Amino acid sequence: MSVQIVNQTNFEEIKASEKTVLLDFYADWCGPCRMVGPLVEEIADEHAELLVGKINVDEEPELAAAFGVMSIPTLVVMRNGEVVMKSTGARPKAQILAMLEG
Amino acid sequence: MIDVLILGGGPAGYTAALYAARAGLSTTVVERMSAGGQMTLTGDIENYPGLVSVDGFTLGMQMQQGAEAFGAATHYAEVTSVELEGECKRVFTTDGVLEARTVIVATGANPRPLGLPSEADWIGNGVHYCAHCDGRFYKDKTVAVIGGGNSAVSDALYLSRICKTVYLVHRRRELRAAKVYHEALFAAPNVEVVWEHTVKELLATDRLTGIRLASTVDNTEKALPCDGVFVSIGREPVTAFLNGALPTDEHGYLVADETTQTPVRGVFAAGDVRRKALRQIVTATADGAVAAHFAGDYLEKQG
Repeated sequence: MSVQIVNQTNFEEIKASEKTVLLDFYADWCGPCRMVGPLVEEIADEHAELLVGKINVDEEPELAAAFGVMSIPTLVVMRNGEVVMKSTGARPKAQILAMLEG
Repeated sequence: MIDVLILGGGPAGYTAALYAARAGLSTTVVERMSAGGQMTLTGDIENYPGLVSVDGFTLGMQMQQGAEAFGAATHYAEVTSVELEGECKRVFTTDGVLEARTVIVATGANPRPLGLPSEADWIGNGVHYCAHCDGRFYKDKTVAVIGGGNSAVSDALYLSRICKTVYLVHRRRELRAAKVYHEALFAAPNVEVVWEHTVKELLATDRLTGIRLASTVDNTEKALPCDGVFVSIGREPVTAFLNGALPTDEHGYLVADETTQTPVRGVFAAGDVRRKALRQIVTATADGAVAAHFAGDYLEKQG
């Protein structure tokens, strides 16, 4: 499955998902975000059991604030509507996958 | 077996790859994430000749594309350990073992942390190492930039356009930054330089509220209230994976002269990871070309 664009309109639906959710908070002008973006896309393509979404912090400042995002990229893992893992900074794909297992 | 194996996909790594591939050598770059290295932390690069202004991510991608156009390959994995002695060098990664006749270490450097006990707790939430990435979260707030070099001053200027107040905290009485920055810095109405102080402690409740500064000239201390801290006090070379396989200087940089040759035959050090006087994109790319040249030389002599 491809990466879903998450915004305030569809966020509740994403949050209610029975799947494990991976959210990528990013901005177009942020170099490290552009490094992580393709890795998150690969994970979305390779792992149908996940729901992967990306949130543009410029367009969705309320969502960014709700998650306490003060640094990008920030990756968030949610299960059953709860945040179980949050990390900031670019990291290799293997480390992102490890976050999802943790 | 690969002719030239390059560790790290920043400007030194992909320039080495470009030159090695154009010399007809089989060339592979090992990169943990994505091309660009430290350049990706910079928004506008204005001192790479020929490009008036370019963002670091784009320049990194173009360097990769340039090398790959001549046949260089990229292996995406993290290097875990190395065996560099002998004619067959082995590099162990999170995705298999690579064997090569020469190795160019171009792993660059990471931002140096302040080294304070609670620092890790506030990374990305009060303590930041990339002003360009995180500055916008401090719109109309008060921040402190730590450092006095080009990066620190350019960060302070960038943040001054977003934040209410920017303190630049520097341990000396004069800036190390290039003169081109000085006038703009002293002209910025909302930037205040705090001379001759270092950060002793992060002050926090449930969020960062300020920093405690210690004077570098007497025994006084003072608290500086701020909402965020941007650390720009230099870099640390990435060499841990070598596990002592190559000698380093007292700051951890790999010992190699301008030929980039290390004391281990067939192994080269290029870019910011090498001991050198000036760490810039142009000096990294220069190292990459030189390293590829001497790697080719070494291979020719080996026959």
